[in-house]
Amino acid sequence: MAAGGVSPGGPLGAYVPGTSLLHRCPPGPKLLGLLVALTLAIRWPEYVAVPAVALFALARVPPRMALAQLRPLWLFLAVAFGFQVLAAGLGTAIEVVGGILLAVALASLVTLTTRVSAMLDALVVAARPLRRLGIDPDRVALLFALAIRSIPLITEIVRNVREAQCARGAGNNPIALAIPTMIRTLRAADALGEALIARGIDD
Amino acid sequence: MTDRSSSLRLTATDLARIAVFAALIAALGLAGTLYPLGGQVPITAQTLGVMLAGAILGAYGGALSVITFTVLVAAGLPLLSGGRGGLHWVIAAPTSGYLIGWSFGAFVIGWLAWRFRPWRRSAAAGMALFLLINLIGGVGVVYAIGIPVHIWRVDSGTLAVIQAIGSFLPGDLLKAVVASVVAYQVHRAIPGLAGGSNE
Repeated sequence: MAAGGVSPGGPLGAYVPGTSLLHRCPPGPKLLGLLVALTLAIRWPEYVAVPAVALFALARVPPRMALAQLRPLWLFLAVAFGFQVLAAGLGTAIEVVGGILLAVALASLVTLTTRVSAMLDALVVAARPLRRLGIDPDRVALLFALAIRSIPLITEIVRNVREAQCARGAGNNPIALAIPTMIRTLRAADALGEALIARGIDD
Repeated sequence: MTDRSSSLRLTATDLARIAVFAALIAALGLAGTLYPLGGQVPITAQTLGVMLAGAILGAYGGALSVITFTVLVAAGLPLLSGGRGGLHWVIAAPTSGYLIGWSFGAFVIGWLAWRFRPWRRSAAAGMALFLLINLIGGVGVVYAIGIPVHIWRVDSGTLAVIQAIGSFLPGDLLKAVVASVVAYQVHRAIPGLAGGSNE
């Protein structure tokens, strides 16, 4: 696989490098912990809020990075808050919006403290028992790697098609953009498939 | 995909198509923002990719490519429209149900498309059939999973419906139309897509 160009919003995604206990914890136990925390947060949000903030402090995630994960939700939460204040009162509005924020914050903490590669490796390991169902974990890993490698390739196709159609004055016609994109994407898939066959992936 | 009855074993061609379509869904979230209504409402083409994955790759290939995309997002890659990524968007957000619904939507679109083969019909009838299939899978199935989760998280059916109609429905209807035309044309242009037995 060629290196580089994997992800757009920074090479690490949302991951914030660090050496805290949460950073060093393997993804498996962290995911189990999250499951427990989310279950508790749904049942007793008022008791989970303070420990959740303490976990962020423990992970030493800068508040700016933590808030950046919640930013796309702000408009959504503002509408939900306003609606609930009018429909059911301030108490319910705080409960509902607080509950959503808590769940999202807890789950984002796993992403903020776990490398993408570590998470994918953990998933491939977790897929091992599926071998009995005919699912090969090595193929799962290969699939992830191929998909990540294809993102810059397909992004380039989408951009090229848009530029070509803009030059023809069809830059905002979704159909004029989508058909050539699909054809070129399928051609890219065929080329990738042939490359895999040439390397003996088909047996 | 090639042979769905015998086993889940994927050929190299299947693997490549699934990977590339997962990448296409990601690329459409990054670069595919359209402004079709006079620049008023930005519509990201991400769910267009989901519908096309089912319509072009079939039930299993389509669902697997959407699942692959979802796993990459859950692992932390910022591939959702607006550069969002991470486990919280997949399992903890009020809109997570829609995202989980995408995989099922792609599966249903693929299943219905291979069952009724719209590409065998005339252009108007084929595109209309594809539109119906895309609406059932890409809107019906996705919302059937997304809206109950949404209602649960915001604790109000009215609010969930207002937010879904306000933010998702217009774009999804438009994308269903686009996906229908594109899926029909692509199947006509590349006859071997449906396992070679379609003509």
